[in-house]
Parts: sequence; structure tokens; C-alpha cells
Amino acid sequence: MKAGVIVFPGSNSDRDVAVAIERVCGRRPQMIWHGDHDLPDLDLVILPGGFAYGDYLRAGAMAARSPIVDAVKKHAARGGLTLGICNGFQMLTEMGLLPGALLRNRDLHFICRDVDLRVENTNSAFTRDFAANPQVRINMSHHDGNYVASDSDIAALEAENRVVFRYVDRDGTPQYDTAPNGSTRGIAGILNRGGNVLGLMPHPERLFENALGGSGGRPMFTSLMNHFAHA
Amino acid sequence: MKAHIHITLKQGVLDPQGKAIGRALDHLGFSGVNEVRQGKFIELELTESDRETAMSQADEMCRKLLANTVIENYRIDLVD
Repeated sequence: MKAGVIVFPGSNSDRDVAVAIERVCGRRPQMIWHGDHDLPDLDLVILPGGFAYGDYLRAGAMAARSPIVDAVKKHAARGGLTLGICNGFQMLTEMGLLPGALLRNRDLHFICRDVDLRVENTNSAFTRDFAANPQVRINMSHHDGNYVASDSDIAALEAENRVVFRYVDRDGTPQYDTAPNGSTRGIAGILNRGGNVLGLMPHPERLFENALGGSGGRPMFTSLMNHFAHA
Repeated sequence: MKAHIHITLKQGVLDPQGKAIGRALDHLGFSGVNEVRQGKFIELELTESDRETAMSQADEMCRKLLANTVIENYRIDLVD
């Protein structure tokens, strides 16, 4: 799997996700500067976590207008897999590749802790390997993860099984109204209609092997690797 | 010419910062505030002198960058 990580000024999880991909999938991703205009030949483009451009104006707003973005949009339009984690999810909404927006957390706090998630759709290139054990614990770390969208967008996301990750209690009860950041219907991650663009606020790359305190995020990387191994 | 741009959250979009400001005002004894909505104010100094062109330029800037029209409304005032 040929992966590339876009590096923005203020990204801080770019190298974490590169290490996770290299360790799990066996091939080091290319690091691509946001100021470039072209992407190399890639199977997967990753928009990493962090605070690109200091989150000036709105989280992800400036990054979503970077020179590289036209090439990322073309990659996504061709059906190329595109993954936005945390700040990358915010960018995907600002780029218009995913619906809705991510607002300041309900209680205004920056929240950094491990959370329980249910993988609601294990039939995507990003999530097939979660099928055996669809509830996972991974880290969230953000100030602006409170997902909002129009009623019709939310209804479509739910009806089309595009809410891929949802915050849940330890016992698996969905946090429809009680997500830690106030996110609508407990939404933690969503997929586009084509199934090739995924954005999520929590960080699978922070817990991908037990030495890090857990491996809840690992199935995302094995899913991606297996997707291309079987393609 | 200057463009004064007010960006506000759309009706129905929760504004937790506005709520916190409202609570702080209440603590200070300002009991007459029903609701607080926080927004942004951006001032642009434009080279364009034709009002109509300036307005359409500022409008395009709002749509492309300054406002996120999924969650925000904007209002442009041109000031000579």
C-alpha cells in the first residue's frame, strides 16, 4: 500500500500516523508538503492530526485551502482512499469532501483521554478488520470535535450507514446525547457516499500496538493493508 | 474602501462560547440578558473603489474562506 501523509505547518500527528502505517503495513508512507501542487501515485492520502495554521479562522479552514488540496480532491474524486484524523477530519469538512462541521466541544474543554467507540460500519476499506470486535478504545484529543450537520445530512448519514464511529459507554450504549464533546448523535467519524473518504476525530494511530497502552486503533491499518493486498 | 464583515453562527447551531459568556454576565449581576451569540468581525482594506465590484469581491471571499456557510451566516458592510 502506497500511502502519503500531507504535512501542514502545525501538524503534530503526521509522524505518529507514518510510524503506525510503517509498523503495521510494512511500508513507510511518503511525507508530502502542503505547499506542493501534485501528489505522487498513492493508494491512500492521509490528512493528519494537529493544529494546521494554528487553527486560525476555524479549525482546518486555512489548511483546506492549501496548494496541495486540489490534488487531494482529484484523488478523492477518482475514488482514491482519503483518511482525515482529528484536524484532518476538520479539513475534510472544510474542503467539502464530508458534510457538516466540527464546532467547539460542548463544555469548552480540550479533551484528551481514551474513549470507547463502536465501529458501526465494518464494511469499508478502513474498517473491515473491526468486524470481529467492533467496540474499541482509542484516544481522543481535541478542542473542536462537536460534530454538527443539517437534519437532512444527519438523517442521510444514519440511513446510509455512513456514521462509521460512534462514542459509546463502556457497556456499548451509544452516547447519542452524551458524547464527551457534545457531538450530534455521538458521531465520532463519518464516511462519504463513495465509501472512499473517512474522517474521524479520535486517533487510531496513537493506540496501534500494546506497547503504547492499547491496540484499539490497529484494525484500521490492517484493514487498509488487507484492502490493497486483496485488490 | 473598507469592508466590515460580521460572521455569526446560524440560528439553531449551538454556541457553547456564547452560553459561557452569558453565564459570566449573569454572575456579574447582568440579569437582563436572554441569550448571547458570539461571532467574528473581520475588517478588509480593499483597493477596489467601485462599490458593486468591492461587494462582489468581499462576497466571494466570504464564500470561499472567511465564513463556513454550513454553520455560519455573514454580512458585509462597505465603509468609505
